[in-house]
Amino acid sequence: MPRSTKTKALSKTPTGIAGFDEITRGGLPTGRTSLVCGNAGCGKTLFATEFLVRGAMQFGEPGVFMLFEESPEELEQNVASLGFDLKALQDKQLLVLDQIRVERSEIEETGEYDLEGLFIRLGFAIDSIGAKRVVLDTIETLFGGLSNPAILRSELRRLFRWLKDRGITSIITGEPGEGQLTRQGLEEYVSDCVILLDHRVQEQLSTRRLRIVKYRGSAHGSNEYPFLIEESGFSVLPVTSMLLQHTVSDERISSGVPGLDEMLGGEGYYRGSSILVSGTAGTGKTSFSAHLVDAACRRGERCIYFAFEESQEQFVRNMGSIGFDLGQWVKKGRLLFHATRPTLHGLEMHLVRIHKLVEEQKPDLVVIDPISNFTSVGKQVEVQAMLLRLMDYLKARQITAFLVSLTSGSSALEATEVQVSSLIDTWLLLRAIESGGERNRVLYVLKSRGMAHSNQLREYRLTDRGVDLLPVYVGPEGVLTGSMRLAQEAREAGQAVEQRQELDRRQRELEIKRRTLEAQIGALQADFEHVRRESEALNGEANGRLETIERQRQTMNEIRGGKRSTTSSSGKTRKAPRRRA
Amino acid sequence: MSKSKQSPKPESWDLRLYVAGQTPKSLAAFENLRRICDEHLPGRYTIEVIDLVVNPKLARDHQIVAIPTLIRKLPEPLRRIIGDLSDTQRTLVGLQVSPHEGKSK
Repeated sequence: MPRSTKTKALSKTPTGIAGFDEITRGGLPTGRTSLVCGNAGCGKTLFATEFLVRGAMQFGEPGVFMLFEESPEELEQNVASLGFDLKALQDKQLLVLDQIRVERSEIEETGEYDLEGLFIRLGFAIDSIGAKRVVLDTIETLFGGLSNPAILRSELRRLFRWLKDRGITSIITGEPGEGQLTRQGLEEYVSDCVILLDHRVQEQLSTRRLRIVKYRGSAHGSNEYPFLIEESGFSVLPVTSMLLQHTVSDERISSGVPGLDEMLGGEGYYRGSSILVSGTAGTGKTSFSAHLVDAACRRGERCIYFAFEESQEQFVRNMGSIGFDLGQWVKKGRLLFHATRPTLHGLEMHLVRIHKLVEEQKPDLVVIDPISNFTSVGKQVEVQAMLLRLMDYLKARQITAFLVSLTSGSSALEATEVQVSSLIDTWLLLRAIESGGERNRVLYVLKSRGMAHSNQLREYRLTDRGVDLLPVYVGPEGVLTGSMRLAQEAREAGQAVEQRQELDRRQRELEIKRRTLEAQIGALQADFEHVRRESEALNGEANGRLETIERQRQTMNEIRGGKRSTTSSSGKTRKAPRRRA
Repeated sequence: MSKSKQSPKPESWDLRLYVAGQTPKSLAAFENLRRICDEHLPGRYTIEVIDLVVNPKLARDHQIVAIPTLIRKLPEPLRRIIGDLSDTQRTLVGLQVSPHEGKSK
């Protein structure tokens, strides 16, 4: 069945394996044979199985699995733990398992032969369900069972050609030999796509990695990609592109600490930004993350909390002591807690796990508490690279990342153990100030990109209602915190009382003085009135006397018979008192 | 296909030859097998030729990979011989027929 040669670009068959289709930009080459090789236990069989299972379940492409090493029952059991029900797929005519057993001790070879039996079986299996995918795991076993490598080689060449002609997308697996990717040099025949799986242990931590050695006619990532085998199968960590092209949000989200929002331009963090809170031990870093988580859950958002120091119960209990009922969010499914020891697996594994959970849960907020612990499982450069990838990844998905970092006492405060400062958008620095026989906590915003933020140092306390921000006392004696601040405040309050009392006293004195003066004014006015009255009385007396004298004079004139001058004399008498007044 | 049968003796040989179509190799294998059996197991063997092109399902059921394959079903235990049976000595070893046994009869 020769296929017409196509001139269009290589078409690809998606494997459905998380991440793999991304790094190969589409999957395995359609209608070609790909080689998946690696040491025993590196996950070859699982990769191949998942290729078939996903093909059958997600892409409607039935598959044939030719087993050369295990029995179908063994394979079914092995992958059942990963949630693959091969039995059901076989019942639905989506999968055929066929075991090829070649026991050298049972076989005598006499003369010429070929592998037509294998072809017939494969062809029959393919035709019985209309298979589009084939896995041969591990075909090299044939070299152990049959003694004529020349025949085998030519037959395998024919087999790959045959699969290609039928347009079957296939995977063969192989274990590495000396200086070769496979013991029998199968890579010579499989020229289209070669994938190398690796399982290595470094400093007692195992990491699985995948590398695409060759992919003819296609662009592909050439790095080593970590991958994970876990409950839901195989997942490859796609390295997020290092391009800084994420869309950004103007939306602001509350930090959950009222005073802190005001320090951050009054509105809180940006959604989708990376926030770092760093500080020495016991400064309440986790409490700040609890605030943020609680606030997010209250808004109905989803959060994942990756804890590397505390278990869920411990965390919920501890945060209960500062007034957070985070258990309710866990119950409502808004908060997912993922607690592991950093040393559980290598760095990449952590990253893959975080990726996987984020992909599944699609949270709005991710908290990693703390990032500084990763240095115990990786070199600083690696940790930094991992966090960079993680932050890029989260940013691209508009997920707010809240990272907690422990600063050890000996290192500089403005340095984090893992040197991620340049990747951070908002950095809160917590520190303890020791003075006056006690240790008090202060907070400041070291940086916050894209917003006007406070330059203030703020004291905070961990109360049973969470973090409580207080204004820091800054006075002539420097920054004071804690009871020294309280003492200073009390001192100032005392001084204020004294001042008020002094003022009152002086006011009272002045009042008395005023009243005295008023009294004096009253006395003077009384005197004045007395004098006035007296002078009026005197005037009245004098007028009376003058009138008497005038009358006597008139009387005397009348008596003497003189002329009347009443008019002029009465005018004089009317004017006289007015002048006196 | 063809079947040769002689009067069964207490120890009868039940042989199956798996082929894929009438290829030169298949024909050669059948010829070689008949010759060897006639010589070493006269009258004590049955040969069933199974063409997998006609009946492909049997390839899976009987675990056939190489063609041609000869299976000795009886006597027990089961033996497999692959190839065109051109090497008589090896075929006899494979069938576990001692040349002596054949000639004595």
